[in-house]
Amino acid sequence: MRELRYREALREALAEEMERDERVFIVGEEVGHYQGAYKVTEGLLARFGERRVIDAPIAEAGFAGMAIGAAMAGLRPVVEFMTWNFSAVAFDQILNNAAKVRQMSGGQFTCPIVFRGPNGAARQTGSQHSQCFEAFYAHMPGIKVVCPATAADAKGMLKAAVRDDNPVLVLEDERLYGSKGLVPDGDHLAPIGVSAVARAGSHVTVVTWGKMLVASLDAADALAREGVECEVIDLRSVRPLDHAPVIASVEKTGRCLVVQEAWPFGGVGAEVVDRVQRDAFGALAAPVLRVTGRDAPMPYNKKLEDLTIPSTDTVVRGVRALLAY
Amino acid sequence: MTNQHDALLDLYRQMVLIRRFEEAAAKAYSQGKIGGFLHLYIGQEASAVGALSNLTRDDYVVGTYRDHGLALARGMSARGCMAELYGKVTGCSQGLGGSMHFFDAEKRMMGGYGIVGGHVPLAAGCAFAAKYRGSGEVTLCFLGEGAVSIGDFHEAMSLAALWKLPLVTIVENNEYSMGTPLSRTMSVADASAKALAYGMARDRFEAKDVLVVRERVGAAVERARRESLPTLIEVQTYRYRGHSMSDPGKYRTADEVEERKKDDCIANAERALRALGAGDDVFASVDREIEAAVDDAVRFADESADPGEELIEAYTYA
Ligand SMILES: Cc1ncc(C[n+]2csc(CCOP(=O)(O)OP(=O)(O)O)c2C)c(N)n1
Ligand SMILES: [Mg+2]
Repeated sequence: MRELRYREALREALAEEMERDERVFIVGEEVGHYQGAYKVTEGLLARFGERRVIDAPIAEAGFAGMAIGAAMAGLRPVVEFMTWNFSAVAFDQILNNAAKVRQMSGGQFTCPIVFRGPNGAARQTGSQHSQCFEAFYAHMPGIKVVCPATAADAKGMLKAAVRDDNPVLVLEDERLYGSKGLVPDGDHLAPIGVSAVARAGSHVTVVTWGKMLVASLDAADALAREGVECEVIDLRSVRPLDHAPVIASVEKTGRCLVVQEAWPFGGVGAEVVDRVQRDAFGALAAPVLRVTGRDAPMPYNKKLEDLTIPSTDTVVRGVRALLAY
Repeated sequence: MTNQHDALLDLYRQMVLIRRFEEAAAKAYSQGKIGGFLHLYIGQEASAVGALSNLTRDDYVVGTYRDHGLALARGMSARGCMAELYGKVTGCSQGLGGSMHFFDAEKRMMGGYGIVGGHVPLAAGCAFAAKYRGSGEVTLCFLGEGAVSIGDFHEAMSLAALWKLPLVTIVENNEYSMGTPLSRTMSVADASAKALAYGMARDRFEAKDVLVVRERVGAAVERARRESLPTLIEVQTYRYRGHSMSDPGKYRTADEVEERKKDDCIANAERALRALGAGDDVFASVDREIEAAVDDAVRFADESADPGEELIEAYTYA
C-alpha cells in the first residue's frame, strides 16, 4: 500500500493502462501541453507523446463522437471532459451512439470507451458549472457510471473502466482530487458494480457515493459520539447498482437514509429508495429518507451555495429525522 | 475641444474604468472576497468599448464568461458589477450569477454564459426577435476564438445567414483558448474565414485603436440595422492576465506578454488624445474620477448584504 492523492491515483491508472495496451489513448481539452486543467494527466504527454495524449479544441460533441467511432473501429479511447458540465454538449453522442450501438447492431459492435472528468459542484463556480450528471447518464441502458470516492477506487475503477468492453463514465470530483488515501500496490483493479460497506453500524443505514461519502462518514463520526451507529454504504458504481449490501444492512438497521449531492427529482437516490422499499419492506421501521442538493440551479453566493449542497450537518439532521420517526 | 476629442475621451474613460475595475476585482479575489472563476478582460478593452459605442440603448448584447468589460461598456453600474462579483444581493444578478453571469435586462445585457459557444444561438434568437417584431434592434454577440470550434457557433451562423438576422458576431481572438494557442485549436488562422461558407459578410482587424474598432464594427451594425444582414468579425486582441485567476500561464513567456503590452489600447488612446490637444490635467481628472468610482464600487460591494436563503429557489420558475 502507498498513500496517493486521488488525482495521482487516476494518473497512475491512465499511465499503467496506456503502458499495457497500445490501443488506449487520451483525448480532451488541455490534457497534454497544459498538463490537464486539474493536473490529472500531468506528465502523460511527455511519456506517451502527441499521438496518444491529444489536445482537442473546444468541440465536445466532435471529439466524444470521434472517440466513440474509434472505439467501434478497435481503439480504446479515454475521453476527458474538463468537467462533466461540458459533456452536456456531447450528450447526444453518449445517449444515441455510445449507449446504443451494441444493441442496435445486433451485438456486432462494442463501444469500449471511457469518459471521465470532475462532476458536481466545485467552489462558487455558479449554476452552469456545478451540476451532477450521474442521474442523467445512469438513466441510460448501455452505459455504466462509476463515482469513485477514494484514491484506491479512483485508480482501481478507472483501470477496470479502461478494460471494460462497454462505455464507462467515471465521475470524479474536483474537491476530491487533492485528498489522500492508501492504494494497493501493483495492478490494482476495483470491480465495477460492487458496492462496499465504508463503515459498519447497527442503527441507521446511510447510502451514498462520490464526494458525499466524506460528509456521510463525518456525520457518522459525529453521531457515534451520541451513541448512534451508522452503517455507511458507498455504492461506488451507480450503474450497475449493487443494492445487495444495502438491503442486507437495512434488514439489520430498519432505517435508511440516501445522501446525494444531485437534485432530488428522480435520480439515483430515488432508484435506491425504490429497491429498498421493495426488497427490505418488512424490515423498515421508517420511510426511506433522502438528503439531496436543493431543488434549484446552483447559486453563486457562498452562503447560498453552502446551503444548497448537503453537508455533514444536513446528513446528521437527516439521520436524526429518521431516528425520530 | 473638438468632437473627435470628446468622443475619444469618452471611450478612453470607459476603457480605463474597465481596467481599474478589474484590477480591483483581482485584488479582492486574492483577498478571498470573490470566489469561483474570475476571467479578466484586461488588454482587450478596446474591443468591447469600441464595438458597443455603436449601439442604441435598445440593442442587445450577449457574451461569454469574460463579461465584465462588456457589462461596463454597456453602461451597467460599477457598483452592481462589483457587488455581483462579491456575491451580494445588490449585484446585477442578485449574487446568484457571479462573475460569469452578468445580466441587466434594462440595459439589454442578455448575459454572460459559461458553456463555450452556448450563447451564440441565444444571440441569434435576440436578433430573430427583433426581426420578427420589425423593431430594428441589432444584436452584438461576443465569443473567443476557442469557441469557433464548437457546434453551437456554426449552427447559429447557419441560421443567422439563412434567415438574414441582424446579428453582429465578434470573435475576440486573443490567441489563446485557456492554455492552447490558436494554431492548435483551428486549422485556419482567420476565424472570419468561416463566414465564407455561410455566405455571410465578414471583417477582420486589430483592436489596438478603439476608434478603428468603433468604425469597423459600426459598418457591420449598419448592415444589420439597414439590411438585416449578419456579419462575422474577428477582432485581434490579447489578454494580459491568465485565462482565469487560477491560471499559472506557463504556456507563454513573460516576455511575450510584456512585448504585447507595449501596444496597449489604453496607452494608444492616450497618445491619440494628446495629439488632439489633451493635457496632463485631462488624464489626471479621468484617473481621479475612475479611482473614486471603483473605490465606491468596492465599498458598496463590501457593505452590501448577502442574498437571503429564500432566493435559492425563488427564481427557478417564473
Ligand atoms: C463546452 C465547454 N467546454 C469547455 C469549457 C471550459 N472552458 C472555458 S473557457 C475555455 C477557453 C475558451 O477560449 P476562447 O473561446 O478563446 O475564449 P477566451 O477565454 O480566450 O476569451 C474553456 C476550454 C467550457 N466552459 N465549455
Ligand atoms: Mg481566446
